[in-house]
Amino acid sequence: MDLQIALLLAQDGITNGAIYALLALALVLVFAVTRVIFIPQGEFVALGALTLASLQVGKTPGTLWLLLGAGVAVALVDLAQALQRGGRRRIPRIIAWNLIYPALVAAAIFLLKPTEMAMPLQIILTLALVVPLGPMIYRLAFQPLAEAPVLVLLIVAVAVHLALVGLGLLFFGAEGSRTPAFSDASFNLGGIVINGQTLWVVGSSITLIAILYLFFERTFYGKALRATAINRTGARLMGISTVMAGKLSFLLAALIGALSGVLIAPITTIYYDTGFLVGLKGFVGAIVGGLASYPVAAAGAILVGLLESYSSFWASAFKEVIVFTLIIPVLVWRSLTTHHVEEEE
Amino acid sequence: MEHESKPILEVADLCVSYGKVEALHHANLMVGAGQIVTVIGPNGAGKTTMLGAIMGLLPRSRGHIRFLGEPQPEIEVERMVAKGMGLVPESRALFGSMTVADNLLMGAFMRHRLGHRDHPETMERVFQIFPRLRERREQQAGTLSGGERQMLAVGRALMAKPKLLLLDEPSLGLAPLIVKEIFRVIADLKQAGVAILLIEQNARAALQVADYGYVLETGEVVLEGPAGQLADDPKVIESYLGLGGAARAASSRSQPVAS
Repeated sequence: MDLQIALLLAQDGITNGAIYALLALALVLVFAVTRVIFIPQGEFVALGALTLASLQVGKTPGTLWLLLGAGVAVALVDLAQALQRGGRRRIPRIIAWNLIYPALVAAAIFLLKPTEMAMPLQIILTLALVVPLGPMIYRLAFQPLAEAPVLVLLIVAVAVHLALVGLGLLFFGAEGSRTPAFSDASFNLGGIVINGQTLWVVGSSITLIAILYLFFERTFYGKALRATAINRTGARLMGISTVMAGKLSFLLAALIGALSGVLIAPITTIYYDTGFLVGLKGFVGAIVGGLASYPVAAAGAILVGLLESYSSFWASAFKEVIVFTLIIPVLVWRSLTTHHVEEEE
Repeated sequence: MEHESKPILEVADLCVSYGKVEALHHANLMVGAGQIVTVIGPNGAGKTTMLGAIMGLLPRSRGHIRFLGEPQPEIEVERMVAKGMGLVPESRALFGSMTVADNLLMGAFMRHRLGHRDHPETMERVFQIFPRLRERREQQAGTLSGGERQMLAVGRALMAKPKLLLLDEPSLGLAPLIVKEIFRVIADLKQAGVAILLIEQNARAALQVADYGYVLETGEVVLEGPAGQLADDPKVIESYLGLGGAARAASSRSQPVAS
């Protein structure tokens, strides 16, 4: 291996690592706020990528049916609850978000000819389709179980993952998709070629991480999410509703997932079930950070990306094995250095 | 009767169960506007349970609660906070890895959500009440001493500008000087028009500062009356005040601890 190959592998590793870092942050966020280990995180990557690909070739993306269906389901559940408990004032909002909004997105897809749109608009449409699925899934699968033990939430998360993979196969079929690169530019930097998509991925990830940082450090709602993660009872006593915090964290997780999908769609072919493996690697990063520390999780995820890239060069048959083996020393080290804390309640 | 002012909180026939165990049986309680009402009783009497059920943290199995004259058929914490009820729990429930200033800011979350943008002034007022918090404003809440934590917990609750403050054992585990300061603040809050429902093991201090009191034992209200009368009640003296406690409590009632 000469220096050029090493640098090329590093570039590859950092590109993937940036994506894993985003997913790791989303996993830490969702776990801290809701105690859900969000196995379906990766599915949002696949849904984002496949939705964008469908829009670009002029097919109706299957996620539209998912959005319409989930919207109707959430509306039914919420309306039943509102009528039962006398929350009639909430009815217009329930209808607007769960029935009218999906209908508007559907209208945009059928009337506006997405194939002729500029790519940024196609991406916005993709996000408009995929991101609301996050809070909707929270409403349907996790909100009724908000007080359940972590293990129950994990089992439900696995079920949601399996359901989404199945729906992905149903809506997008078994063929993979790839989208054109954001830019064909490439730069020659001291003998190694950096391609434009790498810069897009790394740049977007850093920007998104910076925005998330500002959100958590500077805004009322960002601080409210942190407060919920630190002390759920304390946060409820401030009037920060667990439901609001849960939906907001799932919204961010879905946004991060879908954007990650959009970013890697030009780099690798995405299949309906690709998301799981991508999400798992983000999960390894999150575990390095103990599902609690954002910076360590991000650093762990970059490490996963680099490890994957170099091991695919030296021992490509074992690359997944090597990446997931990383979790063993981390767990040993964690179990030796952290004190076991009993779960509250 | 001292209990005649317009009621801000009325609790009737409140029952709370944990599984098959009933922790609170048919409790009745009233807090008048601008009053301090205290609930005293031994550990495990159901005092914290009562506050939890009033605030909406715990589901009740039966009973009616009226707050500000309105019935509250389905209590949710969020809704009660929006209406002007605040609870300072025994655990304090602070946000340990956030700064003192951010903890206070979170106290104003509901007001912010409802469109009020007056948290800088409110925070200034909290700093006037607890100057120590101003010194510590950029420090993480988890690094504060026990007394400072309690000040922060009360200050954070005040950020919501509550009409009724529920205090669960505010003096628990604190040094005597700090206890005195906390009770001074409780008396000051009453002057500012905040009604307070105070749960205390320190019955003497509680009866000194309160207008009206209830004695809760094994989930039942066994005694109630104006705080002065309770402090003279032989049973209360024997169980909660100890030797000489009543005399001191009664004699110093005219001039509250704080002054």
